[in-house]
Amino acid sequence: MGPEQIKAKITSNKIFKDNYWHLEFESGVIAGRALPGQFVNIKVSDGIEPLLRRPLSIHGIEGSRVRLFYEVLGPGTRILSARKPGELLDVIGPLGNGFSLSGKEQRAGCKAAILVAGGMGGAPLVFLAKKIRSSKPLVLIGARTEKKILCSQEFKALGCSVKIATDDGSSGFKGRVTELLSQVLRQATGDRRLAIYACGPRPMLKAVGKIACENNIDSQLSLEEHMACGIGACLGCVVATKSGYRKVCKDGPVFSGKELTW
Amino acid sequence: MVKQIAPDLSVRIGKLDLKNPVMVASGTFGYTEEFAPFIDLKKLGAIVTKTITVRPRLGNLPPRTCETPAGMLNSIGLENPGIDKFIGEKLPFLKKLGIPVIVSISSIDDPEEFAVLASRLDKIKEVSALELNISCPNLHKDKLISQDAKDTFELVSLVRKLTQKCLITKLSPNVTSISEIALAAESAGSDAVALINTLSGMSIDVDKRSPKIGSWSGGLSGPATRPVAVKMVWEVHNKIKIPIIGSGGIMDLQSSLEFFIAGASAISVGTANFVNPRVSIEIIAGLKAYLADNDLPDLSALIGSLKACES
Repeated sequence: MGPEQIKAKITSNKIFKDNYWHLEFESGVIAGRALPGQFVNIKVSDGIEPLLRRPLSIHGIEGSRVRLFYEVLGPGTRILSARKPGELLDVIGPLGNGFSLSGKEQRAGCKAAILVAGGMGGAPLVFLAKKIRSSKPLVLIGARTEKKILCSQEFKALGCSVKIATDDGSSGFKGRVTELLSQVLRQATGDRRLAIYACGPRPMLKAVGKIACENNIDSQLSLEEHMACGIGACLGCVVATKSGYRKVCKDGPVFSGKELTW
Repeated sequence: MVKQIAPDLSVRIGKLDLKNPVMVASGTFGYTEEFAPFIDLKKLGAIVTKTITVRPRLGNLPPRTCETPAGMLNSIGLENPGIDKFIGEKLPFLKKLGIPVIVSISSIDDPEEFAVLASRLDKIKEVSALELNISCPNLHKDKLISQDAKDTFELVSLVRKLTQKCLITKLSPNVTSISEIALAAESAGSDAVALINTLSGMSIDVDKRSPKIGSWSGGLSGPATRPVAVKMVWEVHNKIKIPIIGSGGIMDLQSSLEFFIAGASAISVGTANFVNPRVSIEIIAGLKAYLADNDLPDLSALIGSLKACES
């Protein structure tokens, strides 16, 4: 089933900490169709400023409610954070190709999943973790410093084991989350095949893709990109791949690490 | 009470009859399939395809778009699959819609490629018209064809000889005199002119001291461009006899009316499609209601109806 354009009622919009917010809206259609890694494209205000929609990944689904986790970074997200419960939000979704999960991966005992979240990258990975929780995924979270660690409680509540990497060593492993990933892979034992799912800043994703290739592990990387349309029409949000430029909004946002040439 | 007759939205653009005057602008609607989940495509007056070239084009380096005050910049660089794949893979869907399909064609630097494209498309019954994109600002050229009256005349004349189909010439606003270029297109046999294409523009990330667009500059579109477009439509309307397809920042009924009043016989909706995929359909419904509310039987009384300010 494809996307729809919906006026969805906001059911909650609350600050989590610092500039980070949770928003929930009611949409049986989007909630019913959404897959981990997909996103919604939101018109934050009725006017022409800002003009374009804001793409936000789906953080979770609760019944007919869609949950988003976003950071207030500029005028668009600032306006979004001022929207009140009860108001109608103009939403298009679900959009894009999410993480591809074979039926087996959703059951325990197949591939062992490693989720790598950098910064806001945790937002779509929490949704993924919920879908594959029975396989007890390992989650690696990277942040500049302890205060910037996001989503760790949510992952733990889903039964994931969580390891932290901070640039300044204020929590967990001191260094980049990609260095932690390399360390984890060196220590990996057992005969389960591994699969890596990552979302975060582009340099992190590049490094994750490289590490995965070197270790002959499949990786699925969720890219973040500015978009004009979000539905594959404008060809604005392309990324270089082995098969030429592909659209982050429609062919992605999740791509195989092997496919991307950046 | 006299019973109102349903207003007639049909317009004629050269040889092309449209059931309503609302089309979607090239480059903002893909090859149409992308919008199928959101609207009944059959309701559109016409669709103008993403520009095609003879050979496939990869397009420009990302990032290719950025938001600007009440607008956006894009530098896609005519990414397209080339005419063979267009005909083989994209056209079948368009044919099935049963609405006029206007194919936008271009070449980076070879007028002969326009000739090749026009000759091939001329043979396809379901292609209703050709739009000559001689005004794309994202091809890293010093001068566009539509920035020179003589070049415009020669290109339009060349294509005119090869096809009987309705020919629409799309013009750039980046000129000293848009009327001069429109006149050249008209005298070379263009059936209509479409204006405006995007305005050349740049936006800078001051933290990085680098352009926000990978190819440095791009084409500005969206409501920020509307006053420029409306003025050019008005200016050209007073100089030429062939119809004008107006575009530039049309976001809703109200902004579409500005173009008709300035002298456009039809409009094309561009950037607004990105913001609201349903906008073109909403404008069609709005136009119908507007004509009825104002006791206008059709669009003819509206087109070019601009009058001086009352003091």
